[in-house]
Amino acid sequence: MPMTITEKILAAHAGLDRVSPGDLIEAKVDVALANDITAPLAIKVFNEIGTEEVFDTDRVVLVADHFVPNKDIASAQQVKLVREFARSQGLKNYFEGGESGIEHVILPEKGLVLPGQLIIGADSHTCTYGALGAFSTGVGSTDLGAVMATGEIWLKVPPTILLRYEGSLRPHVGGKDLILHTIGLLGVEGALYCAMEFSGSVIRNLPMHQRFTMSNMAIEAGGKNGIIAPDETTLAYVAGRTSARFEIFKSDPDAGYDRVIDIDVNQIEPQVAFPHLPSNVRPVSTAGGVTIDQVVIGSCTNGWLEDLRDAARVLKGRKVSAGLRLIVMPGSPLIYKMAMQEGILETFLDAGAVIGPPCCGPCLGGHMGILASGERAVATTNRNFIGRMGHPESEVYLTNPVVAAASAVLGRIGGPDEL
Amino acid sequence: MNYSEEDFKGMEKMRVEGRIWKFGDDVDTDVIIPARYLNVSAEAELAKNCFADIRPDFATDVAAGDILVAGKNFGCGSSREHAPLAIKAAGIRVIIAESFARIFYRNAFNIGLPLLESVEASQGLSDGEKAVVDLASGRIEGGGDTFQAKPIPDFMAQLIAAGGLVAYVRKVKVAG
Repeated sequence: MPMTITEKILAAHAGLDRVSPGDLIEAKVDVALANDITAPLAIKVFNEIGTEEVFDTDRVVLVADHFVPNKDIASAQQVKLVREFARSQGLKNYFEGGESGIEHVILPEKGLVLPGQLIIGADSHTCTYGALGAFSTGVGSTDLGAVMATGEIWLKVPPTILLRYEGSLRPHVGGKDLILHTIGLLGVEGALYCAMEFSGSVIRNLPMHQRFTMSNMAIEAGGKNGIIAPDETTLAYVAGRTSARFEIFKSDPDAGYDRVIDIDVNQIEPQVAFPHLPSNVRPVSTAGGVTIDQVVIGSCTNGWLEDLRDAARVLKGRKVSAGLRLIVMPGSPLIYKMAMQEGILETFLDAGAVIGPPCCGPCLGGHMGILASGERAVATTNRNFIGRMGHPESEVYLTNPVVAAASAVLGRIGGPDEL
Repeated sequence: MNYSEEDFKGMEKMRVEGRIWKFGDDVDTDVIIPARYLNVSAEAELAKNCFADIRPDFATDVAAGDILVAGKNFGCGSSREHAPLAIKAAGIRVIIAESFARIFYRNAFNIGLPLLESVEASQGLSDGEKAVVDLASGRIEGGGDTFQAKPIPDFMAQLIAAGGLVAYVRKVKVAG
């Protein structure tokens, strides 16, 4: 029976020859991930279950990235709890301080997540690794605690929506715009419980970091996972990052899809998601000159080195608008270092930016860039819910890094063509 | 794992009667419990700040046994389990919505907070009214009407009957 890539990975991890949408399966987990917010609850659950050791000290990955560097005493206590658990369990992959960055950036970077794997993370943006051709999805802390204990999880096999992107990308349009456009098309619950499979010639030509951006935001359409079949780009990215064996899965040509959606990219402009839903998108040319107080460039969505390069190209030789705060947060220590070596950080500093450490920071209203009442921010992040970046009466507009950089110079939402 | 009738007996007792707290579509977990309150994981602390930004009277006025009613895609966004924990610790015994975001759905059942899906009940029930919900049958009475929610899927009912995922895993995986 023909299967989709998602079905094949799930079947392989459940020890079955085939699975169909709606099947309830028990699947073996390759990587279990949690962060400083979700791990403390997961550890509590793990202790309640009563198994003494995690299922595999190589495969349980804990990353302190949300409220670090510890923003207050309570956060410090949470990280301490996670650190002590990681030490007592002998976890090989616990990251904090100078070894840590945004979880969804450092796991691919370190080769800890690979094509064909089944990855479960107590963070909704765990779907990011679908870009590598893995089945990867977010869960809550109780699920993760159970995975840490057993190495298994129950999953319902999702129906798949096939999204085919064809045409030529216009200038300054990339993965972020494609996914924002798609979320606008489907709505924030349009892919609820479904696998999203990104395909077509546009995806095949998309660089790895932009694929990560697309898979990262599958959750914003309600998707269970956002997967891209591995190809030469995937293999080139993975090469040199791991010595572990991995398996390549691809959808059969006659696999069954719940829906097939063809997207003509020729007409897609850089997108802006207006408050307060990621689906509330408009082309940047119709953004209407909304004035802004802050711009954030970074996050698990757009904290990649190439994103910083794109933004720096716009900012080179320019200054941010008077009174506007530009905050740049590289996704990992390695990206930070490379950006420094390439002179990108200097460009940002010269433009008037504040450069923050590799962490989640203001994206979720944690710290390092919280908005006051009435303030507006353009951000390369993934969510613009009420109060997401601070005061409930503040606003967040989501864009790609180029539009964010241009908006920082303009002091209002606008594209680089307006500079 | 096979379940005996004994396992489901708890469901029969699951009759909920309380005041309705009504919300709209696409209620995300950031508004259920804003991230600035996630530096702790104690349930009672989380409950104090539940819906702090969009409905400040909720945390102070909600009573044990109350019912939350919402529209489509309830609990979308962040995977934070602090969201269903905060709602449950605040006293809500069941959430009725047109649909639920998938991570929230898993989380709620995992911690023993039942969810019912009913478009009619979601649209027909009003804030402040009383409602009576029978969890085993999915029958909802309120606002002078009776609604029938989709039955809770067997596996989720087993989780609830077992007392949540922790108890389920202990029973099936560790002891079994």
